[in-house]
This record gives sequence, C-alpha cells and structure tokens, in this order.
Amino acid sequence: MSGPPAADTGAVRAGCDRQDVNFKGQPYIEVRDLVFEYRRGSDTDGEPDVVMRAVDGVSLDVPRGSFTAIIGRNGSGKSTLAKNVNALFLPTSGSVTVDGMDTRDDAFVWEIRRRVGMVFQNPDNQLVSAVVEDDVAFGPENLGVAPDEIRERVRAALIAVDMTEQRKMAPHLLSGGQKQRVAIAGVVAMRPDAIIFDEPTAMLDPEGRREVMDVIGRLRADGVTIVLITHFMDETVDADRVVIMDRGRIVLDGTPAEVFRRADEIESLGLRLPFAVELASRLRRRGIDVPAGLLTPEAVAGWLRGSAA
Amino acid sequence: MIRDITLGQYYPEYSIIHKLDPRLKLVVTLLYIASLFLIEDFYGYIIVAASIGGVLAASRVPLRFVVRGLKPIMLIIIFTFALNIFMTRGEVIWEYGWLHVTWEGLRMAFFMALRLILLIIGSSLLTLTTKPMKLTDGIESLLAPAKRLGLPTHELAMMMTIALRFIPTLLEETDKIMKAQQARGADFETGSIFRRAKALVPILIPLFVGAFRIAQDLAMAMEARCYRGGEGRTKLNALRMKRRDLAAAFACAGYLAGIIAERVLV
Repeated sequence: MSGPPAADTGAVRAGCDRQDVNFKGQPYIEVRDLVFEYRRGSDTDGEPDVVMRAVDGVSLDVPRGSFTAIIGRNGSGKSTLAKNVNALFLPTSGSVTVDGMDTRDDAFVWEIRRRVGMVFQNPDNQLVSAVVEDDVAFGPENLGVAPDEIRERVRAALIAVDMTEQRKMAPHLLSGGQKQRVAIAGVVAMRPDAIIFDEPTAMLDPEGRREVMDVIGRLRADGVTIVLITHFMDETVDADRVVIMDRGRIVLDGTPAEVFRRADEIESLGLRLPFAVELASRLRRRGIDVPAGLLTPEAVAGWLRGSAA
Repeated sequence: MIRDITLGQYYPEYSIIHKLDPRLKLVVTLLYIASLFLIEDFYGYIIVAASIGGVLAASRVPLRFVVRGLKPIMLIIIFTFALNIFMTRGEVIWEYGWLHVTWEGLRMAFFMALRLILLIIGSSLLTLTTKPMKLTDGIESLLAPAKRLGLPTHELAMMMTIALRFIPTLLEETDKIMKAQQARGADFETGSIFRRAKALVPILIPLFVGAFRIAQDLAMAMEARCYRGGEGRTKLNALRMKRRDLAAAFACAGYLAGIIAERVLV
C-alpha cells in the first residue's frame, strides 16, 4: 500500500473497477472504509470521555483530473473527510492513499500535502504574510524551491487567479473573493496535482463566489483534480460526480444528473435542490413535461424555448 | 475607518534610502545612535545634523512625517531639558529661591534635547523607509549567528511576520465585537476609569477566543502548505548586498571617521 507510486499500479488498477463508467482515468485519491473519531479525552484515566464519530465508513475514489463535489449539511463529516485526504487528520481506522502513498506513513506526509493542496473556508485565517506576493510564495518557500523559480511560480499563480495587479497589497485591504483567490494562488504555486476546496465560498458575497468558482473552473480545465466541498447546490452541477454525505456516511453518489433525479431523497436530507432542478420539478407539477437531467437555468430555458417553437 | 490603519509608519517612496538592504540600515542606525553619544560639542552636532539632513533629503520623506514621530516623546524631551537646566552645577546666571540656572546647565539641556531629537529622527528614518516585513527579514538575518546559541531566530521572525499580518485582522475583529456589545447596550465611554476598564472585559474575552480560533485555523493552513519550520526553507526575496549598499556603507564609515576625528582634533 505504501510503496512508491510507480511500483503501486496494481493497487491503483484494482480501484479502477469501482469507477464511474463515464469517467476514464486511474483513481488518484483512494479512501477505503474511512472512520474518523474526534476524541475529547479526560487526562486522568486516558479514556476519552466523548467520542464523536465524524466519518463513519466512507469509501471513495477520485480519478486523476476529475471534479468531485461533496455536499452535506453541517456536521455531515464532509470537512473531516477532506482533512483526512492530505494527512491533516489521520484515519481512526481504514485508509487514505494519494497516488499510492498512504497518509499514515510519515515519510509521505509532506509529499502528499504538496500534491494535494487545500483551500479553507475562512479567507482571513489562511493567509500568512502581510503582502500578497509573499503569501503566494509561502508554499514554494517551504518546499525549498530556488528563489528564481519561486518568482516564476508566484507570477504564474497570480495570473492564474487574476490577482497580478494586487500583488504588492496587504491582504486585509482585499475583498473576500480576492483573499480567497490569493489563497488559491498560494496552493497553485506549489504545483499540486489536486486541490481540495473546503467550502471556499461559504463566507463570500455572490460576486466573490462567482470569482472563486470561475477560478476553480479554469484550474479544472488545466487538468487539476478538484474536490469541492460545499453546501451550495448550484456549484455542483458542473461536477463529474456528486457525493452527498449525511451523518458521516455517503448516501448518494453519481453524476449530477443521476443524483439530482432523486429529488425526494435529497430534500429529506434537509438539502435544497439546485435552482434549475427545482424549477424543472415545479414546472412538471404544473403539467409542463420538462425532461430530467437539465441542471442549469440556461438548459431549462433552452428546452422551454425549443418546446414553445 | 479601522481598515485604513498603516502598520508602523512606513512612507512609500522609491528613494535610494528605501532600496538599501535592511540589514545595512539596521547596523547603520545602531552605529548612528552610538555616534550620538560620542559627540560633545557644537561642531559634532553640526556633522550629525548635516548628515542626517542629507539622508532625510535623499529618502524624500517629507519633514512633517519625521516631526510627527517626535510628538510622542516631546514630554520626555521637555522634562530632560528642564531637569538639565536646573540640576547642573556651575556658573549661576539666574536664581529664584532654590531654583538656579547655570551656563553649564543651559548648554547641557540644549545638547541633551538635541541628542534625543536626532536619535528619534534617525531611528524613525529607519522605520519610515523600511517595510516592516523587510525589517523582520533583516533582523532574522542579522540574528542568524545567534541560532547556534539556541536562539530560535526563524521562529521569532515568523512570529513577527504573522503578528504584522494579523494586527489589522484583530483590529477589525475588535471593532466588530465592540459594535456588537454596543448594540446590546454596552457603554465604553462614560464612568470612572475603573468602570471603563471593567467594560473592556466583555471585549477582551471574545477577542482572545477569536484569536485562538484564528491561530488554530492558520496553523492548519500553514501545515497544509507544507510549513515545517525554518529547516530547508528558501526565500522569495533573499537579501543580497548590492553596489549601492556598499556605497552607503562607505558613506557611513566616512561619517563615523568624521565624528571621531572631530572628537580627537577639536
């Protein structure tokens, strides 16, 4: 399991059978029967007083270059799952491997964190430096990259998130969306294979949300593997795959069209449907026979225009 | 607005003084302060004032910014001035009861005040022309030899960097908490000093809790970006001495030679 990536193709292939048929590629991140418990222990007897099982037996494969969206209510375990992927948390039981490297193996921790970057929810609490440019350089500096190359990476990363003009500014003068784009640039500058976004838009206004989603779209086009954790349904309709979590388990898993067809189940979990899916189902109730699988307002509008003509 | 606060008192400008290596500026400032205690007559002060005036002009920092830096210590200057006038023994020129003013006292008071003013001008020129981040880098680099003695220089520099980054964030947080408390009827402005100090408790507690939460988030974000201490770390803006730094070092040596020569010869 914990062999070097090249020697581990057997395990990687074995996971391949479980992939969605419509997405080709080897799994990059493999989560097997993951259980994670938070412990709030008493120090006297060494036995934890409270054990909270946040992730309860999750298995998930993320193919290289795919876009996976994970949705769930607060406390569904989605963020905890994400933090297990880049070894910020280590499994209570089960395993997580990234490109064949087991997160529990100390030798791989830093390589895993370089390959799987993470963008957090709070735009303020993840920027280290008082200058945008220096903050983007923080990751490459930690990796020991040569100064000239850091400069080049910072330049490219700032272009990728469209923040070149603000490179000399202090983060506290930027908008939430801009700060979050700086955080993304900081991850991009480490040249990761995959980026996990842990509710990156939760604290942003609609404008900032759109900016961040645009950047995510561009990274995906560049071949970066994306795992997006969110509770905004509309951010998931472009994903290759939607995973819905509840109480630490995966309850629905499939392409957006497959998942959102099961409207009743989603609503019974206390989640809302994407706008277009909601719209289509209401139209259906009024006798307009909108086909299933239209996930964006544009698609619904296009169909309506087509059927009216 | 609380967002507009400037950190330290950096004055953005593209002068040669701004561009100098922060390590050099730190060392020169220390030497300059030491030189102030070498001089003891009028000509010495002329050399110092002319030199610092030259640096000030080269830095293109407006004089009023430098003067503003003097305000907080005006009281100390006046106090030392008065103390020196009245407390120095010598040839009495004016007397009233137990108060007496002497020539020596007047001279001493004048020079002491001048010395303090020149000291503040010199050190505020350092902070006016050097970004806090650069200053941090400079201090880290100058303290590097102390690492062998077990001083955690990288960690100290990282702490300063993070402090600089989060001062505005914590100020905003304070602002938010104060407004929230005021909205619920808290009163920070009236009452005795004790009452007002007590009113700060409901601000400080949430602020501390918030600071710990930020620290926890930041620590996780830093680990996710592969931070593992100073070992094996590189720097985007590694400090490098340039020709202009060498020129400045020579100028400083010339200044020191002048001061010493004046002391010995005059």
